[in-house]
Amino acid sequence: MTEPPHRRRAHSTTRDLERYAGLFAERTRVMRSSAMRDLMAVTARPEVISLAGGLPDTSTFPPGTFAAQMTKIAQESAAQALQYGPTEGFEETRDCILEVMGAEGMLPDSEDVIVTTGGQQAIDLVCKTLVDPGDPVICEAPTYPGAVPVFSSYQADVIQVETDEDGMRVDELERVLGELEAAGRRPKFIYSVPTFQNPAGVTLSLQRRRRLVELAAHHEVIVAEDNPYGLLRYGGDPLPPLYQLDGGDYVVYLGTFSKILSPGIRLGWAVAPPPLMEKIVLGKQASDLCTSTLTQYFVREYFAERRWREYVASLIDIYRARRDVMLEALEAHFPPQAAWTRPEGGLFIWATLPDYIDTGDLLARALREDVAFVPGQAAFVDGRGGSSMRLNFSGVTEDEIREGVRRIGEVIAEQVELFETLTGHEVGSPVAGRQSADPPGAADVLPFRRSARGGR
Amino acid sequence: MKVAVLKGGRSLERGVSLRSGARVEDALARLGHDVLSLDVGADLVRRLEKERPDGAFIALHGPQGEDGTAQELLEILDVSYTGPGVAACALCMDKVAAKHAFVAAGVPTPAWFAFNQTAFRDLGAGDALDGIEARLGFPLVVKPARGGSALGVKLAAAGEEVPGALVAAFSYDDRVLLERFAEGREVAVGVLGDEPLPVVEAIPAESDVYDFEARYEIGRTRFACPAELGEAEARAVTEAALGAWRALGCSGFGRVDLILAAAGPQVLEVNATPGLTDTSLLPMAAEAAGLEFEALVERILELALAGRPRAETVG
Repeated sequence: MTEPPHRRRAHSTTRDLERYAGLFAERTRVMRSSAMRDLMAVTARPEVISLAGGLPDTSTFPPGTFAAQMTKIAQESAAQALQYGPTEGFEETRDCILEVMGAEGMLPDSEDVIVTTGGQQAIDLVCKTLVDPGDPVICEAPTYPGAVPVFSSYQADVIQVETDEDGMRVDELERVLGELEAAGRRPKFIYSVPTFQNPAGVTLSLQRRRRLVELAAHHEVIVAEDNPYGLLRYGGDPLPPLYQLDGGDYVVYLGTFSKILSPGIRLGWAVAPPPLMEKIVLGKQASDLCTSTLTQYFVREYFAERRWREYVASLIDIYRARRDVMLEALEAHFPPQAAWTRPEGGLFIWATLPDYIDTGDLLARALREDVAFVPGQAAFVDGRGGSSMRLNFSGVTEDEIREGVRRIGEVIAEQVELFETLTGHEVGSPVAGRQSADPPGAADVLPFRRSARGGR
Repeated sequence: MKVAVLKGGRSLERGVSLRSGARVEDALARLGHDVLSLDVGADLVRRLEKERPDGAFIALHGPQGEDGTAQELLEILDVSYTGPGVAACALCMDKVAAKHAFVAAGVPTPAWFAFNQTAFRDLGAGDALDGIEARLGFPLVVKPARGGSALGVKLAAAGEEVPGALVAAFSYDDRVLLERFAEGREVAVGVLGDEPLPVVEAIPAESDVYDFEARYEIGRTRFACPAELGEAEARAVTEAALGAWRALGCSGFGRVDLILAAAGPQVLEVNATPGLTDTSLLPMAAEAAGLEFEALVERILELALAGRPRAETVG
């Protein structure tokens, strides 16, 4: 048999382009592909030490276990595993989800759970269910960079609430809610990653958690609690999830197997009260009918072995050590003008540099030294965050972390020195003259002190 | 005919280059050529030696592809390639060298001053900033000497914005220039062989500068091709563009970027390997001239195979 001739989609001509441009939905105007995306394409080069990813380390998952489980599925349930499944997900998958949530003290009703294609789809479904164009959606500043395009694609009016070492400033939130109410506008939901936040690494304090759920109930607004990292705690005491504090009335919970098992299986979930869930299920059905049956079978088999907590514990040991190495490296190689968070868990550290450094441009410079990070602007909708960066420590080895942070520190030092040469004085001392004035809003981008509660 | 398409590489414009390259590969395949797709890397010379293509289509952007490096290697391997020769590429890539050549040839270009990091570090060039700013006025443009796609290009509205803009520009290159801001319409002239294509105008939809994002995003920028210009205006723009093209010794194909200011056209730069993506200006101009993308690619290839005058190559 001869192979059919290799046929690829013909690339569009400029005339086509004009034609398509006329067809684009209004929402695509705000769906920005960015310069950053092109820079990020370069970070994929093998010689680049990338602290830009958000990748869990999947290399420690035992291949033998993987093979045995897939074999078992093939031998015992091939037909079902290759078939469509229910839109809500299998009962057995939802049992696994209850087990994971139980580990953090939550006891949802299985009926309130829907299995999604990764946690990302859960965010999408919440937006799809709640957001009309122009509706206010409140989130943290900075927020999960991957959530921004979702909000944008539903044309939400994204309002970001300042964050500090204790997570979202709930007093600020209260002010925003009050202002919206006074303006007769109802926010559809508050999106929050309260525990080991992406990108900032900070955790919402217990007091603020309580206040947040009170505010939600008072204003009758949904809180979408995105909790991918809660079980990845390296120090300190666990805090109750918002879902637990609220009892599931106003909190919609978003979870994922990505960080505790594998992102490749694309399994996440949402927990919502029945009236909301009904719409979410319809939305899911329209999107993709059901989540991968095969990977649901995989999770079922894996959980049947009852060793998932052991695996998470092994990840915690690895990530804790990597976090510590990164914190040490930052201390050793970043200049005194820099500040960063000291997360008790999760995958990220957020560093903020003097405001005259644009981390987008810095990334271009850093790439010449074969090292990458995520520029802070990706975590804001309003152009803030230009002097911050997100650093990942979970997907890279300890040696790579040391070397990567050293190289970034070097290019920062180069820029600090250059700026000081240009302005003719040491930055840090409040001197008038050439030193750039704080651009509006830049000073309130996570103004962490360097000594922030060190050593935990 | 076996045609190698050189694309990708380590440049910051890798993504753009891959898109240009993919589009060219499609066109070449439809034209019946045997396409050898090369994402350039350490094995480039080895692969070219092994495959012995009849010609090379250079769809690289940024240093290495646009500065004459790849062209030099192809000369050594005796493979014909598209676009300008080694010397012209080197001039195109370096905006400072190009501007000197423009001035020498009487081609209008905005006033500028250029420095490397050493000048600021060791020679106290920072002290000259006030004088420079007084002569160029505000706003002024700060940009890396080498680099494309508006990466690292900043507009400084006042003196306190200049140091930050310089730090940003130095992220991309060791040499930067401060340039007088030429206010006017953003136009470009593609050149094919020695023939100018119709003038294209880029009209940004939202932001006031045609930046990296506006450049590569469908719908972000409106293009007018041919640009709505008076006959005299169009002639002045085309003449300035051809003047710049010749001043740098270019051949094959390329694109000249200009600002059409109230006082007349000002040449910003010449692109030796202009973008060929869906949103690129040169294919748009070719189409306005009645040349579909495939025909454009075929013509560019013909020009490459016809060879370039010996004087233009090194040696």
